[in-house]
Order: sequence, then C-alpha cells, then structure tokens
Amino acid sequence: MLNTASNAASRKLYKNFMRGCMLLCVSLTIALVFFLIAYILFRSIPYFSIDILTTKPSYLRGTIGVLPDILNTIYLVLTAIVIVLPLGVGAAIYLTEYANSPKLVKVIEYAVETLAGIPSIIYGLVGMLFFCQFLGFQTSLLAGSLTLVIMNIPIIIRTTQESLKTVPQGYREGSFGLGAAKFYMIRTVVLPCCIDGIVTGCILATGRMLGESAALLFTAGFAHTLNGYFDGITSSGATLTVALYVYAKEQGEFEVAFVIAAILLILCFITNYLSQYLANRMRNAHNPQGQR
Amino acid sequence: MLDKKSSFNGSESIASLVFLILGIVNIAFVLLICIYLIIAGLPAIKEIGIIDFLFGTRWASTATEPEFGILPFILTSIYGTAGAIVIGLPLGFFSAVYLAKFANKKVRTTIEPLIDLLAGIPSVVYGFVGMLVLVPAIQVIFNLPDGASLFAAIIVLAIMILPSIIKISITSLEAVPNEYELGSLALGANEIETCFRVTVKAAKSGIAAAVVLGVGRAIGEAMAVMMVAGNAANMPSLFESVRFLTTAVASEMSYSSGLQRDALFSIALVLFVFIMLINATLNMLLKRGGKR
Repeated sequence: MLNTASNAASRKLYKNFMRGCMLLCVSLTIALVFFLIAYILFRSIPYFSIDILTTKPSYLRGTIGVLPDILNTIYLVLTAIVIVLPLGVGAAIYLTEYANSPKLVKVIEYAVETLAGIPSIIYGLVGMLFFCQFLGFQTSLLAGSLTLVIMNIPIIIRTTQESLKTVPQGYREGSFGLGAAKFYMIRTVVLPCCIDGIVTGCILATGRMLGESAALLFTAGFAHTLNGYFDGITSSGATLTVALYVYAKEQGEFEVAFVIAAILLILCFITNYLSQYLANRMRNAHNPQGQR
Repeated sequence: MLDKKSSFNGSESIASLVFLILGIVNIAFVLLICIYLIIAGLPAIKEIGIIDFLFGTRWASTATEPEFGILPFILTSIYGTAGAIVIGLPLGFFSAVYLAKFANKKVRTTIEPLIDLLAGIPSVVYGFVGMLVLVPAIQVIFNLPDGASLFAAIIVLAIMILPSIIKISITSLEAVPNEYELGSLALGANEIETCFRVTVKAAKSGIAAAVVLGVGRAIGEAMAVMMVAGNAANMPSLFESVRFLTTAVASEMSYSSGLQRDALFSIALVLFVFIMLINATLNMLLKRGGKR
C-alpha cells in the first residue's frame, strides 16, 4: 500500500515518456519529409530554365539539357506499361476467376510474392544476361522496359486482384443466369467494374518505374541522344534517374542533377496524388452510403 | 445455330487457356531469374572455392594476383542493414503507434500522404541528397577525411525503410480487436499503457513483419548506398568507406571481364540467397499474423 504513490508516479512517468517518444518520432519524420522537399525544390529553382528542359547535352555549345532523358523515360514507361498491363491483368483474372486448382494458385501466388521481393539490382543483372545478351537486344530501352515489366507484374496483379475481389458475386451469378459464358461475363461485367483498380495499379507501377535506376543501369544504358520513339526504343538511353546518378556521382554536374531531382519529386507527387484520388473514388464507389 | 455455338465455345476455351498461360508465366519468370543467377553465379564460386569466396577477407579483383573474398561485403550488408533497423525501427514504430492510435483524423490524413511521398521518392534522389547534405555533415561533425562511410549509408537506409515500417505497423496495429483495448481500459490502465502493453503486444507479429520487410529493402538497396558509402572494399567500420553486396555488383559490372565478372554474378547469387531467406521469414510471419 505504501508504494502506491511511487507506483502512480512511475506510471505517470511511463505515460509521459512514451508520449514524448511518439511526438518526437512523428515530428522527426515530418521534419525529414519537409526538409527533403524544401531542399530539392529550393536548390533547383535557380537552375530551371526553358533551355535545360528543351535541349540535349552538347559539348560544342557547352549546354546540358534533360530533354533526351525525359523522352527516354516516357518511351521506357509507356512500353513497359503496355506490355505489363495485359500480363498482370490476365494473371490476376486467372487467379481470381478461372483457377480451379488451389495448388497451382498457391504456386503462382508464391512466385508473384517472390518477384515482388527481389531487389532491383538482381533484375538488372538478369535483364542484362537474358534480354541484352541472350535475346540480343543489346543495351537498349527495350531491354530496360522488359526488365521493368517483370519487376512490376506483382503490383499490377495485386491491385487488379484486389479490385476483382470487390466486384459483388451477385453480378457474376446474374450474368451467368442470363446465359453469359465466362469470358463474356468477365469482359462485359467484371472488368468494367474494376477499371479504377487497374488504373491505380498502372499509376503505382508508373511511379515505381520512374524511380527505378539500379535495374536500368546495365539494361538501358547511359546515352543522352535525342531520338524518336522507334529509334529510341532500340538504342541505349538514360532515364531521368540514371541521368541523375551519372551527373551527380560521375560527372559532378550538380545543377542539372538538381533539376532532375526536382522533376522526379514532382512526378512522384503527381503519381501519389493520382493513386490516392483513385483509391478514394473506389472506396466511395463500393460503399453504398457514398453512392447516395 | 450449331456453328455459332461452336465458335462461342472456341473463344471461351481459348480465353481460359490464355489466362492460364498468363498465370503460369509468372512461375516461368521466377524460374528464369533463379536459373540465370545460378548458371552465371556458380562457375566463379567453383573456381575460387566456396570457403575462400564467402570467408575471404580481401577483395582485389583487378590486382595482378586477384583475390575474391566477399566477407567484407557480406558483413557490410549485415551491419548496414542492422544499423538501419536500429535507427529506423524506433522512429517508425513510435510514429506508427501515434498515427494509428493517438492522432486525430485530420492530423492523420495530412501526415499519411507525406509518408507515401517518402515511400515514392526514387532511391537516387535519396542518394543525391545524402551525398550533398549528409556526407559533408558527417565529415565536419566527426572530423573525418571523407564523410562517405558506413554511417552515412546507415542513415540513408534508415530513412528509406521508414515508410514501409510505418505503413505495415499501422496496418497491424489497426487489426487488433477493439475489445482488447476496451478490456484493458476497463481494468484501469490508461491509454498509453493500454496501447503499448496490450495493442502493441497483440500486433507484434505484424510489426515483426514490418521489420523483416525493412531488412529486405535495406539489403537490396543499391543506388542510394552507392552514392554515400564510398565503395572501397574495406572490412566494415562505422566511419570508413565500405562496399555493400549490391554496390559490389553495381560498381564493377560496367568494366568487368572474365573471372571478375563471374565473381560479380556469384555475389548477386549470394545476395539472392539472402533475399530468399528474408522473404521466407516474412511469409512465415505474415501467415502467423493472419491466422491469429
């Protein structure tokens, strides 16, 4: 009984200590995010100009532009998305709609989880061995985007699967009841319901591709030449991330590196905002109260 | 009529076959990666000898009498990852507890997008900021000849794993049944005691999964580490330039040949084995968490 007072005091101490820890950690985390954003944006603003965004690097004129890197990034991401989309959505449809052997589903899901956990540098190596050397694509954006395809299949599968699962079973039964066959039902009833989920998957995958660098170093290369799509895809080219690495680490060109970092940060804002927006829209669409 | 029906069945069976193939392709991808890594990685291990390779303490791949001991890389990866967890886990854990249990809705909806942003920032951008801010700061504070060190890498990795630790921890804290907390509060425990002694204990396998995911992220990260760790093949020491398993592969790949190149693939194989073990642990933890 005597130590109730000290007990209460130690409880109070514990409470205050833990609360202090939490507040400290949260504020540190937030401060960190703000520091990163502010640092990159403020340091890069003086270097932004029309020139740097619309020219290519030229030793003759002494200019460094990031246009080729922007274009390379666009080519790479577009190609990879176009290929990964049918692969991922198809696999997700198989897993949720068609699969009738639980064993096979388990193996495929395990494979997808494994793919999601492999670090990008290993994708880069295997991409180099398989796409660049074995299939003979050389170091090219095509080899880079195929590597990204394998890396991003898990994201597309997961988001598609999640939204397939939110389609009410009654839709499927109703459609079967009206005499629709399975593929017809999936095409006309199930897939239109989960367009938002698939788009979210695409945006997440795009975000990840925009930020990827280790896998592209040995598959897509470092060149800064200005190309059209079809020339660009078959030749070597640096994406924004790879260009940032090369400029910052190997050439010491910090001005252009800051500009690229700011562009990447802004792209990251945009993809995050879009996926958030779509996720909210999906939640409302499947929530009957939200529909009212 | 008959004709129409048979074509109908035809497209249906083609569709189900295509979806089956799209599902199985994922297994093929995993096998492709495994087989390529093993084929490319084994010859050098055989030639160098597995003991000399794994436990040799000197890496001198370009010397006239080359030595290929990767113990420095293995230990650096382990120390670096452990350091990142030691710093990142408390920071992420307390932030997650605060966000999941104490923050009001408005605070939470402002902070969560920031955490998502932190997750989306490309690793080269972390490396770039680390290179320009952290490395000089470490050099000045600890009075070193060069700030590019294991310590810089640890801090960058800790920041990079923060978002995944926070997000997974929040999910698992929220999955704890409300009755546990109500019971604890009814017994007279205050909110903080309830949270840390009941909720956190109930969510511990989810939090463990967050840690393992963080370990996987940290051990597989290449670009950011390459920009801040200095890349000299030293045995790990906190304030010296070090090389990780990932950076060992990335930094020499572009100019390697012969046995050196094969040895780099062997390093990738070792890294892959590490990742597989980590993924298996993660799956086990998640399954255990799911069963409860």
